[in-house]
Amino acid sequence: MKKARANSELLDCLTSVELCRFCNVNEAWVIELVEHGVLDPRGNSFEEWNFYGVNIVRAKKARRLQRDLGLNTPGIAMVLDLLEEREELLRELMKAEAV
Amino acid sequence: MAQATHYDTLGVSRTASNDEIKRAFRKLARKYHPDVAKGPEAEATFKKVNEAYDVLKDPEKRAAYDAPEPQPDFSSSPNWEGGFGFSHPGAGDMRDFEEILRNFQGARRHTSDAGNNRRFSDQHARINVPLDAAYTGATRKLTLQVPHITQNGEVVITERDIEVRIPKGILEGQNIRLRGEGIKASDAIGDLYLEVHFEPHPVYRPEGRDLYLELPVTPWEAALGHKIVLPTPDGKVDLKIPKNARNGQKLRLKGKGLPSSPPGDLYAKLLIVNPPVVSKKEAELYEAMAQETAFNPRRAMGG
Repeated sequence: MKKARANSELLDCLTSVELCRFCNVNEAWVIELVEHGVLDPRGNSFEEWNFYGVNIVRAKKARRLQRDLGLNTPGIAMVLDLLEEREELLRELMKAEAV
Repeated sequence: MAQATHYDTLGVSRTASNDEIKRAFRKLARKYHPDVAKGPEAEATFKKVNEAYDVLKDPEKRAAYDAPEPQPDFSSSPNWEGGFGFSHPGAGDMRDFEEILRNFQGARRHTSDAGNNRRFSDQHARINVPLDAAYTGATRKLTLQVPHITQNGEVVITERDIEVRIPKGILEGQNIRLRGEGIKASDAIGDLYLEVHFEPHPVYRPEGRDLYLELPVTPWEAALGHKIVLPTPDGKVDLKIPKNARNGQKLRLKGKGLPSSPPGDLYAKLLIVNPPVVSKKEAELYEAMAQETAFNPRRAMGG
C-alpha cells in the first residue's frame, strides 16, 4: 500500500481549455453556456476566458444535468436557477424546524 | 421620478452589444418566467423585460428608441401576448417540465463521475469535510480503489491511501485537483478531482462565503441594547445589540464569515427568548411590566 502526500490544488480559476477537460466537453458546449448566461467568464473571447469559483461549480452541475436528464441548454439554465431557489427554500425549512 | 428605460429593465448599459442584450434578456426571462418566479410582480416584470428586449434586439427600433426626440412609447407594444420569449421547441411544454422534476431526484445520486473521462482518464469524486476545515485547513486521508489487470487478464482491486490537503478558505462545492492521481491509462495519467461539501453544523449554516446563525437573546438584551459575546468558528466576537432590536432582526458582521478572499460576512438572526416564570420574583417582574407599560402588540389588529 503506497501512502503519498498528493499535490492538492484548489480549482478557483480555469481557462476555457481546462474547463473543457474538467467537464469533459468540447468548445461549443462552453460557448453555448456562456451565450445563455449560465457561465459568466472574464475575458473577451474563448481563448481569453477565465472561469472563476462559482462558474466552475455551475459548469459541472450543468454537465451533470445534461448527461443525466438530457436537458438542452435553456433547460439547463432554468433548472440551475430553480435548483438554487430550491436550495434556498430547503435552508429556510431547516432553520424553521430547528427552532 | 424618471421612468425606467428599457436598458434599466434589462440591466445593461446604453452601449451594450447585441450579445450582451440577448444574454441579459435570457437571464431575466428565466428569472421572471411566470412558471418559475413567485409573486405578483414577476409576471409584470417578465412582460417589461420582453417589451424591452423586443425593442433593443431590433437595430431599427433600438435606434429610434435612442433618438433624443420624443418617440412613440414602445413599452405599450402588445407583441408579447404571442408567448414567452422562448422559441425552443418543448421549452414551454408542461409534460417535459414535469418529466424534468420527476427525474430530478435521480440526478442527485450521481455523486461520482468516475471513469467518465476516457481521454484523460480523469476521475471525479466527492468529499465531506467539517466546517472547521474552511477556517484552519485540514488533511484528509482518502482510500482509493484502483483496478489493476493482472498478467492472467484478471481485474483485481487494490487500495491506495493518499492524503488530501483541504486549503483554508474552501467553500461548499469547490473542487480540488490532485494531479496524476486519476486512472493510469497506457498513454497518460489522469487527474483526480474532489468536490468538497461541508458536513451539517448544529449552529452555523454556510451559504457561499457567508455564514448564518440564529442568535438567542433575552428580551432585556434586545430592548436595552446590551453588548454580548458571540461565539464564531474563528473565536469569540463582541457584539452590540441595537437598542429596541426586533425578533428576527439580522445583524451583519462584516468579514466574520468564511475566510475566503475576500472574506464572507456573518449574519446573526436575533431570536428573542422569553424566560419562563419559575420564581415568585420573576412573576413579580412580569406583573410590574404589565402594570407599567402601555405596550399592546395587537393594536394594529384592533385588539
